[in-house]
Amino acid sequence: MPGRFTLSTAILLALTASAVAADPIRIGVNEPLTGAFAASGTYVVNGAKIAADEINAKGGVLGRPIELVIEDNKSNPTEAAAVAEKLITSDKTPVMMGAWGSSLTLAVMPKLMDYETPMLVETSSSGKITTSGNPYVFRISPPSSLEAETFAPIADKLALKKVDFLVLNNDFGRGAAADFGKMLKGKGVEVGLVETMDQGAQDMTAQLSKLKSSDSDTIMITSSVDQLVLLFKQMAALGMKKRVITTGGSQNPDQIIAQAGSAAEGTMHLTTFLPWMPGKTPSPEATDYFIAQWKKRGFQFAGVTESFRGYDGIRTIAHAIEKAGSAEPAAITKAFWSVDFTGLNGPIRFAKTGPAGKESGQSKPDVYLIEIKDGAVVVPTL
Amino acid sequence: MSELIQHLVNALILGGTYALLGIGLTLIFGIMNVVNFTHGVLYTVGAYVMYLAVAALGLNFFLAFPVAILGGLLLGAVIETVLLRPFRGSDIDTTMLVMIGAGIAMQSALLWIFGGVAKAIPSPFPETPLQIGPVSVSWLRLFVLGAALVLIGGTYALINRTRLGLAMRAAFQDADTAALMGVNTRWIDTATFAMGSSLAAAAGALLGPVYVVTPQMGGLAELKAFAIVILGGLGNVTGAAIGGFILAIAEELGAGYVSSGYRDAMGFLIIIAVLVYRPTGLFAKAERIG
Repeated sequence: MPGRFTLSTAILLALTASAVAADPIRIGVNEPLTGAFAASGTYVVNGAKIAADEINAKGGVLGRPIELVIEDNKSNPTEAAAVAEKLITSDKTPVMMGAWGSSLTLAVMPKLMDYETPMLVETSSSGKITTSGNPYVFRISPPSSLEAETFAPIADKLALKKVDFLVLNNDFGRGAAADFGKMLKGKGVEVGLVETMDQGAQDMTAQLSKLKSSDSDTIMITSSVDQLVLLFKQMAALGMKKRVITTGGSQNPDQIIAQAGSAAEGTMHLTTFLPWMPGKTPSPEATDYFIAQWKKRGFQFAGVTESFRGYDGIRTIAHAIEKAGSAEPAAITKAFWSVDFTGLNGPIRFAKTGPAGKESGQSKPDVYLIEIKDGAVVVPTL
Repeated sequence: MSELIQHLVNALILGGTYALLGIGLTLIFGIMNVVNFTHGVLYTVGAYVMYLAVAALGLNFFLAFPVAILGGLLLGAVIETVLLRPFRGSDIDTTMLVMIGAGIAMQSALLWIFGGVAKAIPSPFPETPLQIGPVSVSWLRLFVLGAALVLIGGTYALINRTRLGLAMRAAFQDADTAALMGVNTRWIDTATFAMGSSLAAAAGALLGPVYVVTPQMGGLAELKAFAIVILGGLGNVTGAAIGGFILAIAEELGAGYVSSGYRDAMGFLIIIAVLVYRPTGLFAKAERIG
């Protein structure tokens, strides 16, 4: 009998040990899965899942698998803050990724201070996020000032004279209009109308009619894909012929081509990822792997310009946890500063931005200009 | 000047669908004394039926439109029979709560079935707009206006020229007396709710191809429908029709000449003004109050 006892004890011990070893590290994911930004948020989450599966297939982080705790912030800042609180206090996630839109991320940020928990910001572009003195924020998407800076030489080549803006009436849109406007004015380009629209608005003909009769040559638009589709269709319906350049990196050009058709012809978009030309990306192998996984899961190719952020975001968090050596919020916050690897759109390493002593982390990704020509995405030769 | 004309043309087209939404809601309120909080979801359902018929089943666009209206009609009849009939005679608050619950459940069901990603409905109209001088109008939007006007006219004729319409008007004025005169008021309730629902679905089916279709699209539409009904006077069909156009003009001119950021606020400013100065609505007649 003692033999059997030992054996069953051993099995029991082994089970307990493996249960301890398999105890996953939970990563909170705070994204808009319903509401105005549902399409984009869903893409980001699906990208994040690819990263989690890849990391777990390679043995996880610190010998433990990672587990994504995904919550829907309903495209609503109030909900985004509530989701963050839930993830930190109830799910005990030591680190989070979120929250897609600038207004959503800004709503979450006080919670990070309250609970001293870091968050990787994968999409938001308002300057305020990394300049308000929140040391728990690490951003891999470009702020609109960085986008504007990259766009400056392109503006010269396009010989812009007068630019109108049509932007979302939130931190994302108004921030972009301010940063791009400043850059253009510095170049002597005239800035005309700045029109705004609600994030859920479906009919922008009033704004467009006003822009149609202005004497500008170019309209810069900041919004996400669903609204851009509507805008291009409504511009075509109004017979508008001005040059259109969109900013923000949430345009999903393939979805625009599919849903807006010929109305999107000739439009230009500032994007942070070139999935159409994997060879031109900073890490072609990783890009190929990611796109192959995306297709294998049956997702539409159109989503990759958005979903790669979720993929890179989770990979960045995994790097930070690995460097931290433990899954504790304080250690992970500290470790973010030593992350250094090549993401799908450039090197990911954080530079200090914002007020001294409580700096936020900002990585500097590549920004590209693409054009929709004959129903396909091309990099225009300027 | 050309900008003003363009704004007015835009408003005219938008006003048609607003009027449809408003008429549907005001009918149900006027005759049944039910505040229909499923109105916005029925609008969304109309758009999704249109999407299913055109994009998924490959049905002809012009055939899909009546299918969507029929879908709204049937769903409306089911809602009335299952959810409202048991509460017949109870006060307006009870049915309001039932309708709020039904609205939330139906919207969540749509989200569950179709997901949150927007769907586009392909339309058979050419992308190049009709150009009249400086004013451009898309063919699709012209069709939307035409269809809305036909439906408004049809509803008008049904209410004022048919026996069903006569019975509805009788039930509206005094349900008990109408019942004593042999009007089957239960059937009138079902017919009214189904008809109001089909108008909401029609508006959704018309605007779905113009915009994109999402489970949340009905929220704002419902708010606007309520605004139109208040504007036109509760239960007043003519008022709702005119109210729809007034709201569209206010939004369009407000966005064009005041501030585009307050586009959706314009309508509500008007409502506040109406409630303060003419609480019974702009077009209320004395006998319709109470």
